[in-house]
Amino acid sequence: MSQQTILYDAPGPRARRITLIGSIVAGALILVGAYFLVYRPLDKRGEFTMDKWGPLIDPNNEYFGQLWQRIADGFQATLTAAALAVVASLLCGTLLAMARLQLKAMARRRYVGLPTAAALLLRALTVALDWISRIFVEVFRGLPVVITIVFVWLGLPAAGVDLGNLLWYLVLGLVLYNTVVIAEILRSGMEGLPSGQREAADAVGLSTGQTIRMILLPQAFRIMLPALISQLVVVLKDTSLGFIIGYEEILRVTSQIVQFLNNQIQMYVVVGAIYILVNYALSKLAGYVQHRLARGRRARNLNGGGAAPEPAVAPEVAAVPAEPTDRA
Amino acid sequence: MSAVFDNLDVFLGGFWLTLQLCFLSAIGALFVGTIVAVMRISPVPPLRAIGTAYVTVFRNIPLTIVFFFSAFGLPALGSNADFLRIPVVDTIFSRMGIDLPYFRFAIIALSLYTGAFVCEALRSGINAVPAGQAEAARAIGLTFGQNLRHVVLPQAWKAAVVPLGSVIIAMIKNSALAGFFGVVGDLSNSGYALITVNGEPTIPIMIGISLGFLIMTVPLGVLLDRIEKRRAVAR
Repeated sequence: MSQQTILYDAPGPRARRITLIGSIVAGALILVGAYFLVYRPLDKRGEFTMDKWGPLIDPNNEYFGQLWQRIADGFQATLTAAALAVVASLLCGTLLAMARLQLKAMARRRYVGLPTAAALLLRALTVALDWISRIFVEVFRGLPVVITIVFVWLGLPAAGVDLGNLLWYLVLGLVLYNTVVIAEILRSGMEGLPSGQREAADAVGLSTGQTIRMILLPQAFRIMLPALISQLVVVLKDTSLGFIIGYEEILRVTSQIVQFLNNQIQMYVVVGAIYILVNYALSKLAGYVQHRLARGRRARNLNGGGAAPEPAVAPEVAAVPAEPTDRA
Repeated sequence: MSAVFDNLDVFLGGFWLTLQLCFLSAIGALFVGTIVAVMRISPVPPLRAIGTAYVTVFRNIPLTIVFFFSAFGLPALGSNADFLRIPVVDTIFSRMGIDLPYFRFAIIALSLYTGAFVCEALRSGINAVPAGQAEAARAIGLTFGQNLRHVVLPQAWKAAVVPLGSVIIAMIKNSALAGFFGVVGDLSNSGYALITVNGEPTIPIMIGISLGFLIMTVPLGVLLDRIEKRRAVAR
């Protein structure tokens, strides 16, 4: 916020007056426009009648209880898919990030002391694995999630694998994509740490694996926590794609209700609001975590002497450790 | 893979249409995003509130619902998005001018949705400009507009390139949804139709679709990585 007020002087009485008058005039114009362009056409189609809204807001309506029950069921299905996908992709993503760092370190190793043939073989193997993991990441990062999900849903049965419940196809599709994204988040977090961390670990004799597990990963998790929570929002939003493969999450349920009650605009407004509410809460949580982390770091810097300069970068950018200024 | 080569013309047609959709939506999203970003940093409080509300809504709603609204809500308002039938442009991008409105609806949905992310990318670029620059500009008496135009935005643009690039890549991937919302003949829709209608083997066709998207997203991603690395060294 403080960054932005630098762009202009605090408005004086005259500017404030102009703003106020302008806002009132513009607001009136917008209201008039909305009346003619939005309200009238919708009203003509009867979109504001109790016929269409009743099942959603009138407890005495015959469909009210049933409708909200179905929405709750659908929402629960959405949350189930999201939770499974998040846990699985966090797990796989962490493993993938560790594997990639390990492979990168191993690809540089020369295996001195082993017979030449064995050394060459080991090197070829690690380099090949390194490339495979890199291609895996590039491919799944570049594919639309819809395509991954549809691929899994159509491709696995075609290949003779039946997962049974539609939920698993959706989760698998989501996990494939988010594993790669989370792995990349964690990897950039680990590689962005000050090189002194790694050097110190080397100096006390930790192996590469131990360094990653005990030194780099915990710090990367902490730094990247806001990014990881934002990814949670993305997963929750992407579960709505289960709609396409017929998984009965909230959007699918909604479209079924719409076919019965013929009130699509009303239903989608309500479901959209539910999504916004939940995701907004999650984003707020991410912001809060980020704030906490930033405060903790700043305090430590001050204690260590030499106050850190206010970062010129926005907090969102600063969280990505392009320039790890502290702890150096 | 012979299923892909036999239907190569279908894939090329789909690829071309998806490319058109992405190009037009990217322009739309940059346009929307810039306006919202300027609103969010403007000195006028109501504009700031509108900008913030816009970003909050579109960042937290699934694209699927945005597509629903543009595909079913706009017709309810009696609009076929005819304002997008821009005279010269619709001769180049022939889909914009046809009577079936779903291509135009897809452009609107993608532009509105991506616009929110473009706004945030631009804002992070603006925040990356050292505060002294804007303060100096104000000290020599530049107005808010002059300040943005001559001092802040030219520098912000550089810091915003990489985040903007990732936003555009995400948009290209999101455009795959259009095929499931009435746009006929884009990459995902034509591939899906090959499987479900023509009964072509599933896996080769899906690989074909995937390759189509990877051709668009991977080079862009590599380019961005290189820009980012060069920046990191320069600093």
